[in-house]
Amino acid sequence: MALLETHALTARYGDFQALFGVDIAVDSSETVAVIGANGAGKSTLLRSIAGVLANTPEQVHFDGDAIGHLPAPEVMARGIAMVPEGRRLFPSLSVEENLLIGQYGRKADGVWSLESVFDLFPILRERRSSPGTALSGGQQQMVAIGRALMSNPRVLLCDEISLGLAPVVIRDIYAAFPRIRESGASIVIVEQDIGQAVKVADRVYCMMEGRITLEGKPADISREDIHAAYFGVAA
Amino acid sequence: MIWLDTIVQGVLLGGLYALFAAGLSLVFGIMRLVNLAHGDLIVLAAFLILVLVTTLGLSPFVAILVAAPVMFGVGWLLQYHVLNRTLGDDILPPLLVTFGLSIVIQNALLEGFSADSRRIPAGGALETASVNLGQVSVGVMPLLTFLSAIAVIVGLKRIFYATALGRAFRATSDDPVTAGLMGIEPRRVFATATGIAMIVVTIAALYLGTRANFDPTIGPARLIYAFEAVIIGGLGSLWGTLAGGIIIGVAQTVGAAINPEWQILAGHVAFLLVLLFRPRGLFPRATD
Amino acid sequence: MVTPTASWRVETRTRASSLFIVAAIVIVVAGLVAPAFIGRGMLRDLFFILTMLVLAQSWNLLAGYAGLVSVGQQAFVGFGAYTMFACVSLWGINPVSAIILAGFAAAALSVPTGFFVFRLQGAYFAIGTWVIAEVVRLSLAQWKALGGGTGTSLPSGATRDLAIVTWIGEAFGVRSSHAVDILTYWLALVLAVLAIGFIYAFLRTRQGLGLAAIRDNSEAAGALGVDAGRLKWAVYLSTAFVTGLAGALIYVQTARISPDAAFSVIDWTAYVIFIVVIGGIGTIEGPIVGVLVFFVLQNMLADYGSWYLLILGIIGIVVMLFAPRGLWGLFADRTGIQFFPVRRILAGGSSSSKSDAS
Repeated sequence: MALLETHALTARYGDFQALFGVDIAVDSSETVAVIGANGAGKSTLLRSIAGVLANTPEQVHFDGDAIGHLPAPEVMARGIAMVPEGRRLFPSLSVEENLLIGQYGRKADGVWSLESVFDLFPILRERRSSPGTALSGGQQQMVAIGRALMSNPRVLLCDEISLGLAPVVIRDIYAAFPRIRESGASIVIVEQDIGQAVKVADRVYCMMEGRITLEGKPADISREDIHAAYFGVAA
Repeated sequence: MIWLDTIVQGVLLGGLYALFAAGLSLVFGIMRLVNLAHGDLIVLAAFLILVLVTTLGLSPFVAILVAAPVMFGVGWLLQYHVLNRTLGDDILPPLLVTFGLSIVIQNALLEGFSADSRRIPAGGALETASVNLGQVSVGVMPLLTFLSAIAVIVGLKRIFYATALGRAFRATSDDPVTAGLMGIEPRRVFATATGIAMIVVTIAALYLGTRANFDPTIGPARLIYAFEAVIIGGLGSLWGTLAGGIIIGVAQTVGAAINPEWQILAGHVAFLLVLLFRPRGLFPRATD
Repeated sequence: MVTPTASWRVETRTRASSLFIVAAIVIVVAGLVAPAFIGRGMLRDLFFILTMLVLAQSWNLLAGYAGLVSVGQQAFVGFGAYTMFACVSLWGINPVSAIILAGFAAAALSVPTGFFVFRLQGAYFAIGTWVIAEVVRLSLAQWKALGGGTGTSLPSGATRDLAIVTWIGEAFGVRSSHAVDILTYWLALVLAVLAIGFIYAFLRTRQGLGLAAIRDNSEAAGALGVDAGRLKWAVYLSTAFVTGLAGALIYVQTARISPDAAFSVIDWTAYVIFIVVIGGIGTIEGPIVGVLVFFVLQNMLADYGSWYLLILGIIGIVVMLFAPRGLWGLFADRTGIQFFPVRRILAGGSSSSKSDAS
């Protein structure tokens, strides 16, 4: 059994159904990319796993337990962390405090601490006392990733971390992923931008209109396959 | 000479009002909730201390060590099971529920303790003791009240800015959904905040009950003084709350020195003047 | 010519409301002739119910429709009452005219007080109104000519010697003190009908519908050209007027005033809030249901002293938490009945468009 699995996961916002029976599996220390166009249901998938959206217990399994019904704080307490879309730093907290809040009430052992996050993103050490929201977009994204790492999660969920950032900034952020992988965490990256995510991923899921349309190893799938799965038409 | 004495008494009285206000300010700062039963909870705590002092023969300063955890529990349960249900965009539910709570507490206390005036005995020597500060002599109890207000504000600021709990308070206040992704349960954080506010309320109740007579119906007036101190100070500023308390206190003692009937009115007029000229208070926060 | 859309009509009337208009007219007429058939005790009960209903309707307009949660309406009850007392006792004006003047005085008071309280938002507005009420109470307690802090009574003949009271006394064959009760009862009935009529008419205007828009979404309302600030001022001012009238009328009947009674937060605000919350906030029917429930509860529990308010408070909290639209809300949700429909309903349509075509 994989570390994290979804089974026939569905989600709806009022009358609008966003997910139609999504099955994904993430193994220990595996990095998985979920790609798809805007509105394909990728973020809804992450929010369902994280417990922001409620499900039935059996729809999400983590480490063998059914957790689909748990609210976000309890899901996080089990060793999942999330980098939310739009970064969502706390404006009342400094950079350092934003990082520290990531380990609130969860003292899991592991390599990640204030010091190791500062080693990963050295610019944050210089800005540690600034209000989180005074930083550039890329630096804020580093804080958001560091904040999630502070709990030493077994699974790191990253929602659209390159959204709104310049390509050079995106490259800098993705440069940190090999070191995050070395720490042993499984990673789920949700992106519209295919390039960087597929490069760091062991496996790729493609989503379209609330369904998984393609799954495979990056080496095995062609650009045409992705294009078809992404837009629903053969290139 | 008399004027200097009047002003010093007013400043010290301001410490009591700052104690009334600090809990209100704390809760508002974290969850944007204004508890209209705040004054009645102070009176409830005063009766609790009174019962502990009279039945167990404890010193009031020992009694609050028992009363504070009890009041923390009352606040925690009240917030978790009742007030959390009222939070949201609509301002009606929290206002009307806490207004109802105010009436309930007042009448429960009337039923339990009658409308008679009470006073918590502080131990004979302490009630009348005074110290000479240069040209004026001040009572030990008013001085202790003022120092306690400073200690409470320093303590609350430490909790707020130097502890994991304080970070959770601020994070939840900023964005409860994202706070949930940090493993923070907003409902519990709010309950803890109200619990802490009730500890401050217990400290306020100690001085309310030992300095002067109290009865079950005086809660709303304490709420009003607390509210005035908060608005004068500027929403969310704890030191501003002390400044606001001092302004109300000095206005009251000066008013009373001119005509005893003007004491309360003078405090309200000072508040209205600040509202007229500095509607955001003396120390408004940059944001919010 | 086929004009399928021409037959659509915008209506706010429902079948229940049409029936209700007939019933309401019958009730009002019955109310006007009632003094010929009922005793003084019942007359006084009805006076109490009607005046509380007026206070409840105006607080409901303020809090339930305009979102201005005031816990300081006793300022206008007390100020209206004191104005009436000053007019009658000090300046020799007849009590009925004094009630009208008191309404205008309360409205005038709302201008400076509104200036202060509108600087405060939401919950702080609520406590601000309370502070204002305290300031007005403490100030009027300084008015020695009206008894200062202990209060005073109306001159004994002031109301009884009115020509209309003499006329009522002769027409009904009752003593003058009974005739005064009939007069105040009639005035309360007229005031209640006018207040409800005014509020209902106001809510059906474009501005009144704008109020609902402000409550639902302030920004969108602004985009639709609804001036939220002016509307709130208009509601605050007009409810002060109505509340002042009610306060003056109540104290014509009571004939004795003191600052603590006239500015009682329990009598003029807490009871009123419980009436509206239990009956159903944000509807015109709610306060009517609420005042009847309140009257029954008061008669059942009045002997239990503070238990009465304790129970009332608990009922208020429970209703707010579990049935926030009150008893009327529960009833209307089940049955769909509305006696005072404000929402506009699109009527007619396809069936009648056929007849147009023929």
